[in-house]
Amino acid sequence: MSSDKILLAHGSGGKLTHRLINEVFLEAFKNEMLEELNDSAIFHVDEGKLAYTTDSYVVDPIFFPGGDIGRLAICGTVNDLAMSGAKPLYLSASFIIEEGLSTVDLRKIVRSMSQAANEAGVEIVCGDTKVVARGAADKIFITTSGIGLIPHGIEISPKKIMIGDEIIISGTIGDHGIAILSQREGLEFNLKLLSDVALLNHLVASIIDAAGNEIHALRDPTRGGVATTLNEFAQAANSGIRIYEDRIPVRDEVKGVCELLGFDPLYVANEGKLVVVTSNASEVLSCLKGNSLGINARIIGEVVEQHKGTVSLVTRIGGTRIVDMLTGEQLPRIC
Amino acid sequence: MRYFDEFYEPTLAQGIIKAIVAEASSFQVTSGSSYAPMLLPTAVDRQICLMEVCGTHTVAIFKHGIRGLLPASLKLLSGPGCPVCVTPTQDVDAAIWLSRQKDVILTTFGDMMRVPGTMGAGVEGLLPSAASGSRPSASLEKQRAKGADIRVVYSVLDALELAKTNPAKKVVFLGVGFETTSPSIASCIYTANQEGISNFWVYTCHKLIPPAMRALLESGETTIDGFICPGHVSTIIGSLPYNFIAEEFGVPCVISGFEPLDILQSIYMLAKQIKEEKAQVQIQYSRCVKPEGNEKALSMLHEVFEPADSNWRGIGVIPGSGLKIRQKYSRFDASLHFEMPDLSDLSDLSDCICGEILRGVAIPPDCPLFGKVCIPEEPVGACMVSSEGTCAAYYKYSSRAVLSSLENTKRDASSTIVRRRL
Repeated sequence: MSSDKILLAHGSGGKLTHRLINEVFLEAFKNEMLEELNDSAIFHVDEGKLAYTTDSYVVDPIFFPGGDIGRLAICGTVNDLAMSGAKPLYLSASFIIEEGLSTVDLRKIVRSMSQAANEAGVEIVCGDTKVVARGAADKIFITTSGIGLIPHGIEISPKKIMIGDEIIISGTIGDHGIAILSQREGLEFNLKLLSDVALLNHLVASIIDAAGNEIHALRDPTRGGVATTLNEFAQAANSGIRIYEDRIPVRDEVKGVCELLGFDPLYVANEGKLVVVTSNASEVLSCLKGNSLGINARIIGEVVEQHKGTVSLVTRIGGTRIVDMLTGEQLPRIC
Repeated sequence: MRYFDEFYEPTLAQGIIKAIVAEASSFQVTSGSSYAPMLLPTAVDRQICLMEVCGTHTVAIFKHGIRGLLPASLKLLSGPGCPVCVTPTQDVDAAIWLSRQKDVILTTFGDMMRVPGTMGAGVEGLLPSAASGSRPSASLEKQRAKGADIRVVYSVLDALELAKTNPAKKVVFLGVGFETTSPSIASCIYTANQEGISNFWVYTCHKLIPPAMRALLESGETTIDGFICPGHVSTIIGSLPYNFIAEEFGVPCVISGFEPLDILQSIYMLAKQIKEEKAQVQIQYSRCVKPEGNEKALSMLHEVFEPADSNWRGIGVIPGSGLKIRQKYSRFDASLHFEMPDLSDLSDLSDCICGEILRGVAIPPDCPLFGKVCIPEEPVGACMVSSEGTCAAYYKYSSRAVLSSLENTKRDASSTIVRRRL
């Protein structure tokens, strides 16, 4: 491509669009289905239940410590499929690009998506590109939709949550949101804060292998954090959830920034963690800890009969308080 | 010390709580109701009432679940230490008016953006009806959406910088805050004067804590047996300005830090004084507070500002409780430079009982609007807007079960208010 910047003409559907698709997208997302460049991708599926999800990615900045918008766009959608117990299969990728985005940056993002897709074992089989005038979008917005297949007999849903189930978090919380925020605010720290953006589908497959339908609910706590996810579970199950502040893993760097800026890590977004509600915590925990993405996994609480629909927290000094859903402001455009 | 975990140490916390229980066991409780954590306190005839003046303490107490750890004979009341909450509607309206003037850039701290005012609500200039549930619907945030140049700054120095980089504009800073904040505004005005800046003004809403505490005690509306004094205000003013509370009114004071162990230790120190029938001003937050305060900050404050009467939302005018820019720096005073219209205080024109809550006479569930019409997303009163407002804190940390049973709480608590006033 001769142009070092994306122009409006790249989105017009003509020659420049075709060059962009061939030289940037096809070059990175190499697969037979995509290369047919039909209006739809067509594939067979085995019998069973399909999982289908979609998400848009508008994170700012587009390159952040630990990842970029491209990697996030693949991980987020693959993870959402994994949370219903599905094996992720195919993704679509739509791009809204602001006129003037550097082609070098676009290539970096697209390559990052290709790499993540390969790691996840998924293919990007269809897509779309639009270019809008300067100022009508912020650099680049990506939407990915995904299809996955749920193995026979697996049913994971918050409605299956039971009193006595235990709650496990797969690792330290708040890493992604704080990494983004510190980058955005220009806060400089001696220690590097990395986003935890990661593919969770292989991790989920391993715990489902280990504990099957003893896993009642799974969710990756993105916007709104662990607090919001637990509230969603409590309400869906019409049970209470009690968690223990001294069991929640938080990195010192995240604790420090949260203290400084007045945030509560329970409400900060994560992009590489999962919350599991299960009746077989010991099996799930040991399986998680055997994986590099789950070495800091901990049991943080349980499902209780009291205060149905609400989440309570036992504080480090032995007091109790309610953990509400996030209301009001959250950190904007972190995912 | 890493300052992370030391102030949360559970064994120490349990030790302090045992000590509090031991001191408080001698307090008489004539009738009791059991105290369930997570539910809001139900009334007993006579509890020992400790008032935490500062909004940050209110939030910390909720966040660490301290209320539920205390014996039934000890009750914590929230006071008027939220500068956003005590800014009267007339000052919000003044800020809105200023933002509408030609070439004005109005600068403010973020938490003032959503405080409800009345100017421009509904039909231009009309007062809101006093019918239950209706509300004034103006705010700086809404005014910005209508096109006024209103900007959030994190520091007053950002406002001064705006003035320097926009010489054709008139930059006005909305000065809200207690003694923690006002020295930096004083320093900024001092600097502006040194540098000969001619397009920068401050609309002063700054207030002082000790006169408000005097007003609360003099009103006798509610019994206060001890004060948990604000930590950061005290790093500036020291402990000496609170002496009158112990000497004239016989009420013990402890200046407290904000970590859970700080607050627990302060409560213990107050309980001990009360049991021993002492009245002293003690500093628990000794790592940050000296009796004489921060002399440099105080001298800058004194250089630029002088005390003046000030209107506190829900309390009224308290003599000598605010700050006015001195004659020497009066060219930076927005209220003198701009010909501002007469704006009366319209805070009382709704069912909102922020005033009683700020004075410690009522708690948020007593308010007919709390949690129903007045919620953080759509606040009626300032106490629900600020993250350190008593109503916002109660709302955030109350269980939904409690919020949905507010009818009963309101009924019981109303009769308690009557009892206290008699």
